[in-house]
Amino acid sequence: MVPLSYYLVLSAILFSLGVAGFIFKRNLVTLFMSVELMLNAVNLSFVALSYYFRQLDGQIFVFFVMVVAAAEAAVGLAIIISVFRNRQTLNVDEISRLKL
Amino acid sequence: MNFLELIWMIPLFPAAGAVAMLLFGKKMPNWLVSIICPGMVFTSFLVSVGAVYQLSSLPERQFEKILYSWVPGASFQMANGQLSNLGADWGFLLDPLSSIMILVVTGVGFLIHVYATGYMSHEGGFYRFFGYLNLFMFSMLTLVLANNYLLLFVGWEGVGVCSYLLIGFYFHKKSASDAGKKAFIANRVGDAGVVLGMFTMLATFGSIRYTNVIAQAGSGNFHIGDAAITAITLLLFIGVTGKSAQVPLYVWLPDAMEGPTPVSALIHAATMVTAGVYLMVRSNILYVLSPDTMAVVAGVGAFTAIFAATIGIAQYDIKRVLAYSTVSQLGYMVLACGVGAFGAGVFHLMTHAFFKALLFLGAGSVIHAMSGEQDMRKMGGLAKKIPYTHATFLVAALAIIGTPLFSGFFSKDEILWRAFISPVGSGILLYGVALITAGLTAFYIWRLMFMTFYGESRVDHHAAHHLHESPPVMTIPLMVLAVLSLAGGWIGWPTVLGGSNHLEHWLEPVLGPGAKILEEHAAHGEHAHSTEYMLMALSVIVAFSGLSLAYYFFIKNRAAGDSIAQKFSGVQKLLENKYYVDEVYNAVFVRGMVMNGGEALSKFDARVIDGGVNGVAWFTRLTSTASMWWDKWIVDGAVRLTALVVNLTSYPARILQTGRVQLYAFSILTGLLIFFSYYLFK
Repeated sequence: MVPLSYYLVLSAILFSLGVAGFIFKRNLVTLFMSVELMLNAVNLSFVALSYYFRQLDGQIFVFFVMVVAAAEAAVGLAIIISVFRNRQTLNVDEISRLKL
Repeated sequence: MNFLELIWMIPLFPAAGAVAMLLFGKKMPNWLVSIICPGMVFTSFLVSVGAVYQLSSLPERQFEKILYSWVPGASFQMANGQLSNLGADWGFLLDPLSSIMILVVTGVGFLIHVYATGYMSHEGGFYRFFGYLNLFMFSMLTLVLANNYLLLFVGWEGVGVCSYLLIGFYFHKKSASDAGKKAFIANRVGDAGVVLGMFTMLATFGSIRYTNVIAQAGSGNFHIGDAAITAITLLLFIGVTGKSAQVPLYVWLPDAMEGPTPVSALIHAATMVTAGVYLMVRSNILYVLSPDTMAVVAGVGAFTAIFAATIGIAQYDIKRVLAYSTVSQLGYMVLACGVGAFGAGVFHLMTHAFFKALLFLGAGSVIHAMSGEQDMRKMGGLAKKIPYTHATFLVAALAIIGTPLFSGFFSKDEILWRAFISPVGSGILLYGVALITAGLTAFYIWRLMFMTFYGESRVDHHAAHHLHESPPVMTIPLMVLAVLSLAGGWIGWPTVLGGSNHLEHWLEPVLGPGAKILEEHAAHGEHAHSTEYMLMALSVIVAFSGLSLAYYFFIKNRAAGDSIAQKFSGVQKLLENKYYVDEVYNAVFVRGMVMNGGEALSKFDARVIDGGVNGVAWFTRLTSTASMWWDKWIVDGAVRLTALVVNLTSYPARILQTGRVQLYAFSILTGLLIFFSYYLFK
């Protein structure tokens, strides 16, 4: 039986990796993947805590998060493609204005 | 049927014809046009006859029909301080004077329409011609049937326009379009007089309706020689000199012969040019109240009569001779008005309409026969070739010179007699001038006859080949007019010759009040009948001496005529060139006034008018510059100040908005860390 703290530590590590990726990476797709990583880190802690407390609420939340993430991926990738088409770059430093 | 109620339709029929020609004429075949247009005039003639017949049974012999109030009563102040209403109606007045006019206009007009269907049959613009003619009939009938001076003026201008259109009918010919313009401009001068006369009339009488004006003038409030009335009559007379071709505005009438011959007959001989005489007779009571004007009118009339007659004897164009003859005969009518013989003026107007229309239509028939030749030097001996034209022309020629029993005899002798006993001016002098004119008339008309119809033929070979009598559609109107020229004068058979002068009695309601004033104030003694017989005999002798002289010079002894012409070649040349009046007018008015005046006007325009406009523009620019400065610095400044304040205060907020997503994320992270560390290390 793996104690709860292991899961939570792993989740914290994954989340921190996501945050670090989001802040330090320059590619928009990488940023996007970092966001996914953060979401899944949270998902992990949800599932772990749900198991620990013997309640299903957390697992249902995970489904919601996954659905939102999927929707976000669809919309987000579309936006990324559109941005690339218009600016021929995905460097986030260069995409600081909404106006072209 | 009550024709009197229908008099407003008399001008309407030809108007309908004109409108029909305007709208559909182009697509109509000529035969249909030849039915519609003369038909409309004939309908008017029938209604006129009916109306006049019914008028004769009315006791007061006056009928007024007001269709509607045209210029409703605008109140204005008269010269004497009273208030009055300017009320001009679209109303028609049928009285003895207008009844004679409408019968002559529609009757002669119809005959000329019929004639024209033959004369114009080979011409282009057939429907256009008849449309104009019908429009002319409408205007002329409006003129003579109007019940006020304003409506009269509508017709007056209308006939002027039609005259212009018809003189310039062959508009591709420069001389024709120039003649049209000349007629229009010369008449404009006269029209200005009529308008001013109308205004003065309004200021004096407070009305321009005939019945009001006549009642006011006869009321005794105005004494003989009243300055206002002299002004009115003189101003109206300026219009008369324009329309009725008197010196000095007669110059347009001879040039008007550029129009087709039926037009010359209808407008420039029989009807339109008599409008001036009609106006004077219509205002006869005003004229008798102003002896000064009467003297001017008589003088101008007599001078015009002899002046035009002398020009007439030296012209070679058959239509020009008749044109000057018309001017001269109009001079007679004006002279008649000037000596107070308004009835005689109307009488001569009527007989002249018959025989002058006949002369012109006869001349048209001659020109038709000669394939367009108008120079009498290339005619001669035509009597046998065109017998009907010759016979009818002969009647007219006898009528115009005043052969006893012919219409011209009665009307002309009445004028001569009334000039002799004239209450104004020097009667003997006026009589002398008129008598000499009668001799000259006989001379030039018979010169025309001899050169055209008698003697040896000078027709060139080409024209002789085509020489032909005109078709019946042209000769029948000639015959009808010939009968009228012969018998038309019988209704004015003078009392001294055992007649009863129906015309004088018929016109009594119109001329009576004026005649009474004239009689009261002009002391003329009794004249024996023997004097009248003597004068008649004298004028007949003078006329026949003129005729014989013409015979001597142009048939019997042409060499004598030529040698006299050689001897007085200066005079001959002066007459042939019409006293150089056209040249003088050209130099003084056209070049002098129009061109030099035009230069002065252009300077005035450039300096004063443009200066004014430029001044206004400069001022506008000045104020707009000030306005612009205010707008730019004060209004815009306030707006920009607001913007600046917002801009400055928003600066701190703006620097946070870098647009860098990662910076935002980092800020959030930092904030979270600070937040958590606060709780952790509290």
